[in-house]
Amino acid sequence: MPLLPEQASSFAGEVDALFFFILGVSGLFAVGIWIALLYFGIRYRRRSDDDRPREIYGSLALELTWTLIPLAIMTVMFVWGAKVFFELNRPPDDAMTVSVVGKRWMWKIQHPTGHREVNELHVPVGRAVRLVITSEDTIHSFFVPAFRIKKDAVPGRYTMAWFRATKVGTYHLFCAEYCGLEHSKMIGWIVVQTPEDYQGWLAGGPRPDSPAAEGEQLFSELICSTCHDPGSSERGPVLTGLFGRTVALASGDTVVADEVYVRESILNPAARVVAGYQPLMPTYQGLVSEEQIITLIAYIESLQVSPSALGRQEAE
Amino acid sequence: MMTTQAPTLPEKHYLNAGYGWRSWLLTTDHKRIAVLYLISITAMFALGSFYAALVRWNLLVPDGSHMSAETYNKAFTAHGVIMVFFFLIPSIPATLGNFLIPLMIGARDLAFPRINLLSWYIYVFGAAITLYALLAGGLDTGWTFYTPYSTVYAQSNVVIAVVGVFVTGFSSILTGLNFIVTIHTMRAPGMTWFRMPLFVWAHYATSIIQVLGTPVVAVTILLVALERIFHFGFFDPNRGGDPILFQHLFWFYSHPAVYIMILPAMGVISELITCFSRKRIFGYSFIAMSSLAIAVIGFLVWAHHMYVSGMAVYSAMVFSALTYLVAVPSAIKTFNWTATLYKGSVQWDTPMIYVFCFIGLFLIGGLTGLFLGNLGTDVHLTDTYFIVAHFHYIMVGGAIMGYLGGLHFWWPKITGRRYLEAWGKVSSLLIFVGFNLTFFPQFFLGYVGMPRRYHVYPEEFQVLNVLSTAGATILGFGYLFPFSYLTYSVFKGRPAGNNPWKAKGLEWTTTSPPPAHNFDETPTVTEEAYDYATPPKEKSALV
Repeated sequence: MPLLPEQASSFAGEVDALFFFILGVSGLFAVGIWIALLYFGIRYRRRSDDDRPREIYGSLALELTWTLIPLAIMTVMFVWGAKVFFELNRPPDDAMTVSVVGKRWMWKIQHPTGHREVNELHVPVGRAVRLVITSEDTIHSFFVPAFRIKKDAVPGRYTMAWFRATKVGTYHLFCAEYCGLEHSKMIGWIVVQTPEDYQGWLAGGPRPDSPAAEGEQLFSELICSTCHDPGSSERGPVLTGLFGRTVALASGDTVVADEVYVRESILNPAARVVAGYQPLMPTYQGLVSEEQIITLIAYIESLQVSPSALGRQEAE
Repeated sequence: MMTTQAPTLPEKHYLNAGYGWRSWLLTTDHKRIAVLYLISITAMFALGSFYAALVRWNLLVPDGSHMSAETYNKAFTAHGVIMVFFFLIPSIPATLGNFLIPLMIGARDLAFPRINLLSWYIYVFGAAITLYALLAGGLDTGWTFYTPYSTVYAQSNVVIAVVGVFVTGFSSILTGLNFIVTIHTMRAPGMTWFRMPLFVWAHYATSIIQVLGTPVVAVTILLVALERIFHFGFFDPNRGGDPILFQHLFWFYSHPAVYIMILPAMGVISELITCFSRKRIFGYSFIAMSSLAIAVIGFLVWAHHMYVSGMAVYSAMVFSALTYLVAVPSAIKTFNWTATLYKGSVQWDTPMIYVFCFIGLFLIGGLTGLFLGNLGTDVHLTDTYFIVAHFHYIMVGGAIMGYLGGLHFWWPKITGRRYLEAWGKVSSLLIFVGFNLTFFPQFFLGYVGMPRRYHVYPEEFQVLNVLSTAGATILGFGYLFPFSYLTYSVFKGRPAGNNPWKAKGLEWTTTSPPPAHNFDETPTVTEEAYDYATPPKEKSALV
């Protein structure tokens, strides 16, 4: 019977250290108060019905002491927790991006190489893995206890999480947000492999197209190129070099063209129109699945021009 | 010691002021309405416990072979909905608060006696609607009604259940309003704000939350019903809505609702701990003001339920900091209660045993909140059994222990009779043991990673689940005892006399049970609360 979850990610040690720090401090307070309660309760038990203890009104010094000391200790807890949370939400630049789509009641996963899996995620040990998570229906939550990470899969938006596995092994993947009938069967495994085994696993099946290649094919099937390709009608903005850039909008605002913005522009094109264009594009809501949108985004992301971006793609 | 005559019941009191069902169902006496509430919430508690038993029975085995997933999902939903909206929220305010606030401040009734009766009818009406939804087909959304599951995907009676909860909310609003007006306008001569019992202060703070918070959740769940029926796009992303918006609105009330449950229990503890240690409360004004601080800061912490929902890192930090801030007033109360015992004269009667249970368990509940308010550890712990254990330590270990302590303490005042003290002590012990065995293993369960609301679970979690179910069995039997001996005492208990605990406070200066009009003459208050240095004046039990 395990009483401690396995530590299999770079976060596990730090989250546990914080956990045991809070446990130690609060345990000390709890035991102190229990002892005081029992000691006072027994030491000052009523000996005669005529007992009339001396009056004590209170003490400002004591009140300040037991207000300020807990406040100071809790400030330490807060700062430490905020630091851990900050790290949990800041994936390193060299992380490989894996897309995760929750759907009642399965986890659909795609690797940067295009490999797809369901309810299983193979990852190489030691490599930072960034998860881009969404849902096709209701809210789910991607929870790996051994990694100490959890992130909701929210329909209509992307959430991010990341981890760096530190130990080869197989670990539970749970859905942690109630999603209906088979919620407790929306589970799977994270398989952490040595880099060699991971390469072997990738080479095992037929070699799939990369997400960007899938997206490129879809891009032409949906004839997006009519408006978006250089030299086309150009009723829509040309997408080369778009991803990650700050875009000026017709409303006068600006927006960074990230996953969230690109997704929104596919499903709800009129929401944030680029300056200089008319809101002519029809919605693709219902015509493309969440997974297809992710490949379209991967394709648009691949349309880079800067040498640094090219270098990054080759590295992947 | 002088020998005292055995007490007798007064000739006329509120219980025999009228007979027949009309005298109860059309009463405007706050004491009788409190009794009506007591009976209603006890029935709801029994039903909620039945569903808890189903949940624990299912979790005895990892493979879900005891019932279908559908039955299990409906069982935990029914348990949550009934216990939160129909037991815990009304529990202490509607029964003890209703009965005692006018007595404690020297008033003849609440400010609006008819509205008080109306609020009970609204409660019963709302409960009937929700019970219909739960029994005729059931509800499987969890008590939190998260969207878009509740508005788009759930196949169960969401609309009817939501309407029932919506209706019941008005009962809570009206009770809160009634208390606020009563406390402001109907205090007896000499009953200044800072002479009020802390029980009244706690209810004042609670009432503010009820009046300000309940309308928000009422509107929110109404939007759920509207989206479900008319497909408005409030929360459904496929219609341009935002599912996270629901969580913000829902927790804006439902986090303060936790304080609706715990603040009145804290008020009870302050009354009991002073009486059974014969001491003035340590730091009266700090306890009174900490109730208000909890009510105010409690409105600013709601998004700590949503750290993993993808909210911005910096807003999560703000909510985490505010969450730690709201822990301070609870800590202040705990330290002051403990200090009250110092050099007191401590009597270990049943109500006092519940006080020890309350402080000991509320401490665990509160301190485990530090793990969940913390951004670093909450990510791992949220939506696991750790959080289930945490809030049961607050709501059962805290609120229900406080409720039981208060019920035992004021039972002689409410019924005019004594329960059997030995039975009281034995069952409080049983409840304490059963409670801890049920919920303590769940902290481990959550830390190793078992998510909540799981119908089936990996086998390595079974041992802890078996322990928890064993504890729940003991706890269930533990609750049957007070139900039995308290009911028995209504008919067969020996008369209690006006002030069996030799307690201070205006409610103990009138007869037990009190007359329909509470006091023969309006009392004048000349001393501060909890003036235990002078013994209470003996008033003749004869009228």
